[in-house]
Amino acid sequence: MSGGVEIPVRVVDVEQATETVKRFRLAPLSGEALPPFSAGAHVVVTMDDHGRRIRNPYSLIDRAEDGSSYRIGVLRVPNSRGGSKFMHENVKAGDRLVITMPVNLFPIVRTGRKHLLVAGGIGVTPIYAMANELKRRSAPYEIHYAMRNEASGAFIDELRAAHGDKLKLYRDDMQEFVSVSEILPNQPLGTHLYVCGPEGMIEAILKGGREAGWPEENLHCERFLAPTGGEPFSVVLQRAGITAEVRSDQSLLEAIEEAGVDAPFLCRGGACGQCETTVVSCDGELDHKDHYLTEEEHASGKKIMICVSRLKGRELVLDL
Amino acid sequence: MLVSDIKSRPVYKGLTVDDAARRHLVAAEGEGALAVLEAFGDAPEAWSRMTLLYTPGGSAPANHAEALQARAPDAFHLHPTRQTLMTRLRALLDTATMGTRLYATGVEGFIGQVVAAGIEHGVDHFSIRTEHRGSLARRVQCVHCKGFMDDVTVSPVTCAHCGVPLLVRDHYSRRLAAFQGVSIDAECPGDVPAAEEIFK
Ligand SMILES: Cc1cc2nc3c(=O)[nH]c(=O)nc-3n(C[C@H](O)[C@H](O)[C@H](O)COP(=O)(O)OP(=O)(O)OC[C@H]3O[C@@H](n4cnc5c(N)ncnc54)[C@H](O)[C@@H]3O)c2cc1C
Ligand code: FES
Repeated sequence: MSGGVEIPVRVVDVEQATETVKRFRLAPLSGEALPPFSAGAHVVVTMDDHGRRIRNPYSLIDRAEDGSSYRIGVLRVPNSRGGSKFMHENVKAGDRLVITMPVNLFPIVRTGRKHLLVAGGIGVTPIYAMANELKRRSAPYEIHYAMRNEASGAFIDELRAAHGDKLKLYRDDMQEFVSVSEILPNQPLGTHLYVCGPEGMIEAILKGGREAGWPEENLHCERFLAPTGGEPFSVVLQRAGITAEVRSDQSLLEAIEEAGVDAPFLCRGGACGQCETTVVSCDGELDHKDHYLTEEEHASGKKIMICVSRLKGRELVLDL
Repeated sequence: MLVSDIKSRPVYKGLTVDDAARRHLVAAEGEGALAVLEAFGDAPEAWSRMTLLYTPGGSAPANHAEALQARAPDAFHLHPTRQTLMTRLRALLDTATMGTRLYATGVEGFIGQVVAAGIEHGVDHFSIRTEHRGSLARRVQCVHCKGFMDDVTVSPVTCAHCGVPLLVRDHYSRRLAAFQGVSIDAECPGDVPAAEEIFK
């Protein structure tokens, strides 16, 4: 249960794309073809760090035509609690990992007449897959790819080769920034915009879109949200009759899994809604971090997305 | 307002002005003129960004066209028929840019045609603002000969194209912007109940 069907894979190739980004090619142990995925999809990768289980979502870059492998791209983040650090330091060709079936929370809208793809930093991974799908379908599109400097642009060469002048680069160190006032005007009716990158960039682009009169239905984003940690607290799983401690460096979902209870999830990033859990009671303030529940639902205190949100208090009782 | 518990039945939430829109592209039919007048009120700012297409339909005697024109929309296109209006609307949609908001108001068949044209141009139907005004007349497609009839108020109705007596079902196709009409006497030819005016 939990994240659905799992696929054991072997790492067949590791490529150091930039100083901080590695690309991994994953092939199924079974030898059967991996399922085709729609661009924008991610898988949750389960890593085994000497008995400690780490699960992180990573977007799929592409799939070998014969289905023999998927690729993912991983940025090594500073102060990593483990996931990206483990992928960078421990995972070598030949190693085994487990991935979930692909899930797409960031799909291309098929009825769109044109597509603007906006990527910042590692946010390029789903955008890369989307650009290739749009090219295959001969749909009109533009790629706007922002990065710190040319050396940190992990996908520049491949994107340039595939998409030519449809790709526009923005290098921070050259004072180039994606500006909504340049990319939004004069786009044909029926254009959809997709942005994935740092939170500040996503907010600025979405705000610019709304101000330019773009309807919500045409603005799409994916946030690489990760649980941030915080003060420790106890969680009582009422139905299971289990009490567990949520450490400061652990998410609620991770603590629940460590206690042996398989809670459902799909994205582990506060976006899909799968891990929505009913709060029975709590003696503090719920610290909501997700982008799924509405403001009213947050305020009601009756629901919590356990993959990213926590309690500021002592004890949280869940209907689990 | 039309009520139905059928899933395929469209819902019209009413014309509300999207202040962020750079251009209001408004298609109105008949009594829909009143919805436009009410929604956009006398905010000259909104009218100055409006392209308005109007066909009076059965409301010609009321002369809503004059009232609309008096509010000075940026562009006003008065059309004698729905067909000519739709042709103009499609041409405008072809060259419209993002920031344009589409509005449709009037009888249901008309709204449906405008929404379908929007969808053809990549517009998400949720972002099209709609308000039903005027009669409950339906646009019906005969499932047998595929011909369309506008302004159907009775059921059963005789197909204007193939002559089959049709029961007008509550089944609505957003793509075709029409309700389904199916033969009512297939089992027992000639056994056709009296037509009732139900979509006034
Ligand atoms: C749908 C989805 C798709 C994704 N796709 C990709 C992808 O293609 N490529 C990719 O590289 N990443 C992707 N991510 C992000 C990825 O899943 C991980 O979040 C990322 O790799 C960091 O994992 P980590 O375990 O190394 O870091 P974590 O330890 O989880 O830390 C994440 C962030 O939180 C901060 N942090 C950690 N602990 C604390 C604390 N106690 N207090 C405050 N802050 C703290 C860290 O500094 C870091 O910035 C995706 C995320 C989502 C939701
Ligand atoms: S697992 Fe997707 S919102 Fe929590």
